[in-house]
Amino acid sequence: MAIAVEMPKMSDTMEEGVLVAWLAEEGASVSAGDVIAQVETDKATMDLEVYDDGVLLKRVVGEGDSVPIGALIAVLGKEGESPDDILSKYSGDGASGSSSDAEVQPAAPATQETEPAPAGTEGKAGTADAVDTPAPSVQPVGGDGASQEAAPSASGAEAGRVKASPLARRMAEEAGLDLGQIQGSGPDGRGVKRDVEGAMEAGAPAQAPAAAPAPVPSPSQKAPQPAASPVEAGGQDVRITQMRKTIAKRLAQSKFTAPHFYLTVDVDMRAAIAFRSDINALTEKQGLAKVSYNDLITKACAAALRRHPMVNASYLEDENVIRKHDAAHVAIAVAMDEGLITPVIRDADRKGLAQIAAETRELAGRARDGKLDPSEYAGSTFTTSNLGMFGIAEFTAIINPPNACILAIGAIRDVPVVDGDAVVPGKQMTLTLSCDHRVVDGATGAQFLGDVQAMLETPSLMLV
Amino acid sequence: MAELQFREALRAAMTEEMERDENVYLIGEEVAEYDGAYKVSQGMLDQFGPKRIIDTPISESGFAGLSIGAAMMGLRPIVEFMTWNFTFVAFDQIVSNAAKVRYMSGGQASIPIVFRGGNGAAGQLGATHSNSVEALYSNVPGLKIIAPSNPDDAKGLLKSAIRDDNPVLFLESELMFGLRGEVSEAEDYTIPIGEARVAREGDDVTIVAHSKSYWLAMEAADELAKQGVEATVIDPRTIRPYPIDAVIESVKTTNRLVIVDESQPFGGIASEVGFQIQRECFDYLDAPVERVTAEDVPAPYAKNLIEAWMPSVDETIAAVKKTLYM
Repeated sequence: MAIAVEMPKMSDTMEEGVLVAWLAEEGASVSAGDVIAQVETDKATMDLEVYDDGVLLKRVVGEGDSVPIGALIAVLGKEGESPDDILSKYSGDGASGSSSDAEVQPAAPATQETEPAPAGTEGKAGTADAVDTPAPSVQPVGGDGASQEAAPSASGAEAGRVKASPLARRMAEEAGLDLGQIQGSGPDGRGVKRDVEGAMEAGAPAQAPAAAPAPVPSPSQKAPQPAASPVEAGGQDVRITQMRKTIAKRLAQSKFTAPHFYLTVDVDMRAAIAFRSDINALTEKQGLAKVSYNDLITKACAAALRRHPMVNASYLEDENVIRKHDAAHVAIAVAMDEGLITPVIRDADRKGLAQIAAETRELAGRARDGKLDPSEYAGSTFTTSNLGMFGIAEFTAIINPPNACILAIGAIRDVPVVDGDAVVPGKQMTLTLSCDHRVVDGATGAQFLGDVQAMLETPSLMLV
Repeated sequence: MAELQFREALRAAMTEEMERDENVYLIGEEVAEYDGAYKVSQGMLDQFGPKRIIDTPISESGFAGLSIGAAMMGLRPIVEFMTWNFTFVAFDQIVSNAAKVRYMSGGQASIPIVFRGGNGAAGQLGATHSNSVEALYSNVPGLKIIAPSNPDDAKGLLKSAIRDDNPVLFLESELMFGLRGEVSEAEDYTIPIGEARVAREGDDVTIVAHSKSYWLAMEAADELAKQGVEATVIDPRTIRPYPIDAVIESVKTTNRLVIVDESQPFGGIASEVGFQIQRECFDYLDAPVERVTAEDVPAPYAKNLIEAWMPSVDETIAAVKKTLYM
């Protein structure tokens, strides 16, 4: 029996993956644990490992193709075995490019009506359904098991197939909702009308923007074609990467659902500069990581988060709760060649500056190489974004959901400062806190930001 | 309007049509001297005489066949079968002749005939006398089939059936002959064949049921309303041609369908309606179509078993709740 290799779910937010490169030829023998391909998810490029021994009978997906979770990528089997059974089973799935809309059959045979049949019923259906549906034979490499669980019961998804009534499918499509994100309340997690209605009321995460409800233009009524591009000078189309899609989706969701407001404060950094230089004299001697201004800010934010639980919270509309997090997990936006990612310093409030410095450097390094494990960029309770190194004086950032706030960090600038009666050379940094008003009110955000400011202006407060 | 029993409504329809058209006659076992096995034709012998109200021996194949021949020659026979169970001995006449002659003669001969009688189970009558024949005959192109649920529809539709130039099977029920209901006294009152009646409107589920089953559906709908579920109940009234458009229109609103059909489940009316609805309303369905039918075994004799075998109000309510994921 040949074995299907399906696109696995490699991160919580992954919906489809791009097969970047094949590392095994058709006809090649592979063993469990061999990496046969590389897959680009919304966050990283990951190795695809097989869990069975055999021969790679068929590569179903071409390099550069994007396919949804659960789509057939390849077929494994014995030497000389035909992949056709598996291919026909998946035909109509996105991977094959067929226009048929047949769906991947789940392993369970179709339920026959259980009516007593006195006469001999023909056994045809029974035998046809008894054909094994192969189990997915692939797992992504690395990452903790929990984050890779496709959670079939959560959304009625089974090996990538979302169970839903035809009506629910149509309603979700018209509303631009992703059925995979909607918890089904019918038998076996089937999504039904009331689930889609609930999601519409709750403002569930929308699908890719293309799915916006738009009247379907009849082919016969061609609208006048707008000019293809206002720019006539030519140009280049670049494929939208998974990471860009995720950034687009998540940040649009944040900006459109979380009412942002902004608080700005100037921080006198003279004490922090002296403090950092003292600390680094020490870390250098002890062979510890050098502490950056950003590390100081991470520590200050983490300490302040402990005192302001509403800032360290999430507005969870689906659950009808505001969740105040016990831990302070501070994410740090890291720029990459084609986007950005937010690795998380867990329990930053309980870590020393040298440890924060070391972890941040290590995570940021791997983030830039696209080598982060999904667990390393998930689960933050607060995020900072620093553009100071580019000389940006101040800016506003978009909240990283489900955080309640994000802190935008500007450059340390030389400014004249009034010190008593005198104007003296000063070092000033502007911090801007973006707050989700559903959770954080103005006074709450101001008190938090005031604490961060105080800790940076008097660093010994961080020890308190 | 006048309140009539179902049997009186049938009699009124036949009497009016016989007064209107001298080519119409009634033939069957006990229809004349005995005033009808179920008193449907009571008094008609007196009014129309033995030439037009004709008693026969127990010979369904014979009197069905001779009436098909009479219809070919221009008469408009009403053939009463004591029950539809006994049409099986006349099956060849109905299926091979009545349904086929017009087609095979290229329209040279038509068969304006009505076959009528009690259909379906009627209590403890045993396996051979409890057949529901609508699915059997609806499988034959060339036959129209009507199965009314109330006296008014019975009258209006029987008059239409007698005037129709094609063979029409008119399915009554032994248990409904005494059913009373308001019947139109309008002159020349007819109801077009092939039009459903929406008996009750609700947004939550559509229940389709004909003949006796219609009353189950209405009782279930009343009970469901007490539980906050509002059902649309559609009485198709005609089995062929089936008024599927009315069901489609309703299901597009309610997104759920339950079919109550006393005939057998395999290849039954419910199967066909369920198929058509999944095809026409696929994107509107929020749950699989459910059906409530007789059990797929011959009708039992014992009282408790026949009750379990027949569709019931409870089963209908359960089917509705299944479509509502309740």
